Order: sequence, then structure tokens, then C-alpha cells
Amino acid sequence: MDGMSMLMENEGMAVRPSLDGCIKCTICESACPYAAVTEHFPGPKTVGPQEERFRHGPLSADWSVDYCSGCGICSRVCPQDVRIAEINSRARAQLKEQRGIPLRDQLLARPDVMGRLGRPIRPLFNWAMGTPLVRVPLERILGIHRKAAIPKVAGRTFGQWARRHPVRPAQDRVVYFHGCSTNYFEPGLGRMVVAVLEHQGLAVEIPEQGCCGLPLQSNGNFPAARTYATRLARQLSSIPGDLPVIGSSTSCALMLKREAREILGVEDPALVDVSQRTYDIFEYLRDLHEQGRLKTDFVPVELTAAYHAPCQQQNQLIGKPALDVLALVPGLRLVELDRDCCGVGGTYGIKREKYEISMAVGDSLFSDIRRTAPDLVLCDSETCRWHIAKATGFPVIHPLELLHRAYGGH
Amino acid sequence: MITDALVIGAGTAGLTAGIRLARGGLRVTVVATGEGCLPLASGTIDVLGFAPDAVQSPLGALPGFLDAHPEHPYRISGLAGLEQSLAWFVKTAEPLGYQGDLSRNQWVPTVLGGLRPTALVPRSMAAADLGGGGEVLIAGIRGFRDFHPALLAANLGRAAAAPAPVIQTRAIELDWPGSAGDMPPFRLARRLEDPEIRRRLADQLRPQLGDATAVGLPAVLGRERAAEVHADLEHRLGRPVFEIPGLPPSLPGLRLFDCLRRALLDAGGRLLLGSTALSATHHHDTVGSVTITQASRPVEVSAGFYVLATGGFTTGGIIREPDGQLREPVFGLPVHGLAPGQEPFGDQYLAEHPLDRVGLSTDAQGRPLGTAGGPHAVNLYAAGAVLAGALPWREKSGEGLSLSTGWHAAEAIVGRRREDAA
Repeated sequence: MDGMSMLMENEGMAVRPSLDGCIKCTICESACPYAAVTEHFPGPKTVGPQEERFRHGPLSADWSVDYCSGCGICSRVCPQDVRIAEINSRARAQLKEQRGIPLRDQLLARPDVMGRLGRPIRPLFNWAMGTPLVRVPLERILGIHRKAAIPKVAGRTFGQWARRHPVRPAQDRVVYFHGCSTNYFEPGLGRMVVAVLEHQGLAVEIPEQGCCGLPLQSNGNFPAARTYATRLARQLSSIPGDLPVIGSSTSCALMLKREAREILGVEDPALVDVSQRTYDIFEYLRDLHEQGRLKTDFVPVELTAAYHAPCQQQNQLIGKPALDVLALVPGLRLVELDRDCCGVGGTYGIKREKYEISMAVGDSLFSDIRRTAPDLVLCDSETCRWHIAKATGFPVIHPLELLHRAYGGH
Repeated sequence: MITDALVIGAGTAGLTAGIRLARGGLRVTVVATGEGCLPLASGTIDVLGFAPDAVQSPLGALPGFLDAHPEHPYRISGLAGLEQSLAWFVKTAEPLGYQGDLSRNQWVPTVLGGLRPTALVPRSMAAADLGGGGEVLIAGIRGFRDFHPALLAANLGRAAAAPAPVIQTRAIELDWPGSAGDMPPFRLARRLEDPEIRRRLADQLRPQLGDATAVGLPAVLGRERAAEVHADLEHRLGRPVFEIPGLPPSLPGLRLFDCLRRALLDAGGRLLLGSTALSATHHHDTVGSVTITQASRPVEVSAGFYVLATGGFTTGGIIREPDGQLREPVFGLPVHGLAPGQEPFGDQYLAEHPLDRVGLSTDAQGRPLGTAGGPHAVNLYAAGAVLAGALPWREKSGEGLSLSTGWHAAEAIVGRRREDAA
């Protein structure tokens, strides 16, 4: 590819050309929670805009880019709006394309496959993931760290429940994008989302839906990720009416909003359309509140809850709407945990060679949680919830679950 | 999105305004494209260092300076407002232990061994004032490429900016446990939070202290636990230790950013980084909303008050179009300071350029002027380097002007809210 066509390639979202805005101020390096704790990752500027200039042709990406977790903090703090994390994500995919993707990463990249395979043998799967008898050999053979949090597979998928749940007719309708983890691991969360939305008087449409492709993207398999993202966008837009698409898995919502277009370069019309009307659940509820349409018939919740806004939620650039909405709940004492990253980075911290890095990154968050000693920890991202719960022993739930409770739900 | 006040910019001016407004009872959102100037800043608070000669007492020099520069942003808060904003800052940044006052500038070493004037320094630089001379040991870390103690010490021995000081200097290099080669400052800082690393460095340093009355080190003495790192090193060495800030990333600046960010959140404010303010809507003499970027679609933020603190020409607060037109990009405010047809750049790179002083002009309250001459909108204020009439890098006035104008804008808004409520 010649220089001009490489420049033109990303013209739509301008990932690569943005590196020319880099003034090497190092703000991204000092904000990167990974560079701070490991010498394997020299920092987002070094691996990103600096090395990207030299990446051309085969084997030009060096291995250190794989030690970027994709948390995206670098892009968020960059005063020049250089798309640093996105450059790195693409370089990682290039690296994987050249050197191949290990079996482990292929597996971790497909939570839907894991869920589908695990469900028929659920008791065995759940037992196996909880015992060192299996986890130690699994670490040796596959490279999945023995202490990494692996969720339990649920008996009935959310999709199965949803198929039997009649859509309550109402004037205002929304589409619910539940994601894989709600489907296979946390179907209860999905039911609470539906209950809270129906409580607002909304009709909730739940089309058949697959994986958004985010874990594939993070693990460098762009071709498969593009297929997944496009298929999902078409599934979600199968409900006519330009309805708001509401996600409760925050990283997957970001995938639809921006990453599939910006990082993967998918420009399928269905995705372009869906990306413009996708909302994070609390973003949507906050909008309702600002329009005076949010129900506030709360029962008091006498608890202290500490809220951690995960990276992918922050990367939506919507602020912290969970705090804004939960502030309406009487009795609730909210503590804002002012930490950027828990360290898990989706599937990053599950890997044998990265687990210790992941724990070191999360250490300050874990210390803050122990010091705060809340009744509950709140976090919008599932992999972060599992990681924080395992690391601290505190119960960690989606903030929506607490809102559900405040509406009198059980 | 709805908020009582929207502050655009997360540098010193924006964060100052945000904290003051949040403490004044407003729901505040501070939005910025990224982290502002602070991670690159030295962490000192400059108020007036050169006017154009070296200033020994900002308090003494400021009245004459303001008379000579009636367009300077210091005019907005006035001398009393400046003093109040500094007192407010010292209290707000209490964990960092800022010291000094406007009656006397402190002369602190640069990483190249010059001396520069500043009004307030954090506790970690309290012993850095070499304006009266002294005998200091400069200790570097072998392999750390951004700090060269021999060069620094040699230049410091010749430094002539201060009033005839005699500075005796010696330079040594310490061996870092492990390798410091290619170690960025923030990782060194984090490692120094480990008492064992500090012990090993202090053990190397102690036999070399000689008659040194103070020890200068690169500014990598911890981030979150900086106070502990600094106190421990002073204790182990039995004499004052001071940091010398160098190339970015700058730990003293990062600590200040951490501190102000925390103060904003503690006051109930919101910080939204990564989002750029694009444009604004107006209804008659009032700004109705500002549109900011999000991950997919932009969103309108409606606020009662707006503070524009996007910085000057170097940080995109002022833009120069290819045709030479100067423009403030969010509100489309007129930019002052350059006559029509005037050449914006001089011949000498390091000399003053006409473009350096351009920015927004304001009314007495700090509201930027519109094309008609009066304030552009009744609910829009401007603060910091976006204002016309200053040469912060030459005057050494950057933090003073950002603090005083950010604080003043917030005071004006809080005052107006109080009046409205009464």
C-alpha cells in the first residue's frame, strides 16, 4: 500500500493520521496505568504514535504492543486528540495477523462460544473453573492464570427468558442490547434491566442477538470481529422504528457506538445507523430524568455503595450518569472511587503472563475499596466486576441492580 | 446533559473555576479534550518574575506593572483578587504544602542549572530557593536520561539571575537498584514509594554529603505518597532535600493535577476528559448550550453559566486559519491583540512575537467581549491563557493569571447566583 492510500484508508475516522498531532508531551505515558507498573509496556506514546511511523510492511510491530490492555485512557487524556489506543489496537491486530493468535486467545475472544459449550455441562464447567485440580493444569496447558476470575455459567440464558417474555405494549419503545455476559453468565441482570425500563412505561424489544466482537478485536482477530459486529448491528436494527438501543454491558455499548467503526473500520449501514442511537443504560435513564420522565418512586436503600466507572464506560464520554441517577435514591450513601482502571482489560488479566500486571494496576482501586469498606461495590462492566470481586472479596454488582432494588425489586 | 455550570478546559484556570463553583453549591461539569497543561508544568506558582527586569517582590512590582500594562488579565481580579486567589489555592492544595508569598520571589533551579523566579513552591521544593546562595549537592540517577547533575551543578555555580549569590555545587550520580535506563519519571516515582529503594539510595548519598546544606534531586520523589517519600529522604539524610523539575512528564505538575482533580470531585464536580467543545447556541444575550463530542453522536450541554478556559494559541483555545484569521473556535469570539494586516511573527524565534499577546478581551467582570463591544453573553466568562494581553512565559506569570482569572470568574458567578436567590 502506498503512503497516500494508507492515509486515505482511515479517512473516515482518522485513526492513523491523528498521530501527526502528537507533540510528544508524554501526558498519555504518565496517565497509562500499565506503563506505570510494568517494563514490558514502554508506554502508549512510544508504542503508539512514535513506533507507528515506522510500521510498514511485515513484522514491523514489536511485541510490546500486546502489553497494552486497550483501556483507552491514553486517548482520553491526550490534549491533541491523537487516537493512541486505537492505533495500538490496530498494530496489535497486525502483529497477530503476522504471528498467529494462540489457541487461548481464540477461546477467550469468544464468550458466546464459551457460554454455549459450557451450558450443557454447566455443573461440571462451574466446578472445574473453581478448583485448582483443573485450574493449575489449565494454566500450564492453555495459559489461563489459575487465579483469574472466570464467571459461572447460568442454567437458563437470558435469551431463553426473553423469548417467553411478552413485549409490554407501550407508546415509547426501546431495543435492549444485552450482550453475551448477560445472556450466558448474568441473566438476572438482564431481567432487572427489562423491569426497570418497563417501570418507566417503555416497551422493551429484545431481538435475537450475538456477540459484538469486542473480545475478538482486543485479541487481534479483526476479520472475525468485523463479522460479529456487522451481524449484531443487523440483528439490532431488525426492529423497525429507529428506536434507542440500550446496552447494559458498557464495553459492548462502546463497541457499537464507536470502536467497531473506528478501530475495525466497519462501515456497514446497519452499524453506522445503530452506532448513532446506542445508549448506555444509565445514559438513557439520566436523559429520561432530565426530561422529567424518570420514575422516582424509590424506596430508601440504607447502604454505602462505592462506584467504580470502568474505562470503557468512561470512553463513551458521557460522564458518570450512574452517579447522577443513583443520587436520587433516598438513604443511599454513594462513594465515587477515583481510579482509572481495575487492571483486567477484558481478557487481558486472565492471561498467565499478564495476571500479575493486572493485579498491580488494580492495586490502588482495591486498596481504596478496602479502605472505604462499602456494603456494595458498583461497576458497569462485567469483566471488571468479576475481577474486582475476586481481588477484594467485596460484592460487586452492576449499578442497575441497585436501582432495581431502589424501585422495590428483589 | 444539564448542569449548573460548564467549564471548558482542565488546566489551572478551568480546574480552579470548577472547584470554586462546586464549593459554591453549583453542579459543575469540567469538560476538556484531554489533560491540560498541568502534567507538563513545574508545579510552582509563578506570579511575576520579569517585568521586564527580574522581579524580587511581585507585590512591590505589580502596581507599576499593571499601570504599564492596562490590558493585562491581572486587571480583572486586581491585586486584592490575585492575593485572595493565591490564599485560596494554598488552602485547596494543602496536601502539597505550598509555601511562599507575594512579598518575595523564590529563585529555584531549572534542570539546566539556571535560576528562575517563582512565588509559591510545593513542600518538595521548599529548600530549592537558592536566591541567597548556599552549598548544595546535586544528585542524579545513573541512566536516567532527563537529568544531568554535572551540567546542572556547573551551570548553577555560574547562575547570575539572582542577586549575587554564591552557590557552591557538587554533582554525583547514584546507582539505581536495578537499571534506571529508559525508566520514565513516573515509574521512578512509583518505585521510590518503596522504602527499601529509598534506603538504598540514601545509603549511597549519605557518605557524599560533605558540607552540603541541602540536596537537589530530580523531581521524581513519588506521586501519591510524595509527602512520605520526601519526608523520609530528609530524615535519612538529616538535611533538606529539594526536587528540581525537568522534562515532562513532570511529577510536581501531575501531583497538582491529581490534587485539584480530587478537590473538584470532593466538591461534587464532574470531570469529563476526552470530549471536545465544538460549538454553542445563543438566545439573545445568553449562551443556551454548548455541543460537546461523545463516543458516537455529539451532545448538547445546557448550563446556566459557562467558563471558557481552553488556553491560548499553543493549546487550541485560539486558532489561526490558513487565511490568517484568528478565531476562538467554540463561541466564535473576536480575538484581540493583532491589528488588521499586522505580521503575527517576528524574525527571532525566541523573541516576543505579536501573536503571543493575542486572545480575548473582557469586561470588568471577566466576560469576553463580542463583536459589538459589550460582553458577548451575560452568562459566559473567560479565564486563563485564552485572555489577551499577557506574555506568561516571558513574564513568568502563567499560574498567577490562570488562578486569579479562574477564581474571579467563579466568584462572579457565585455572587450572581446569590443575588438572584436573594
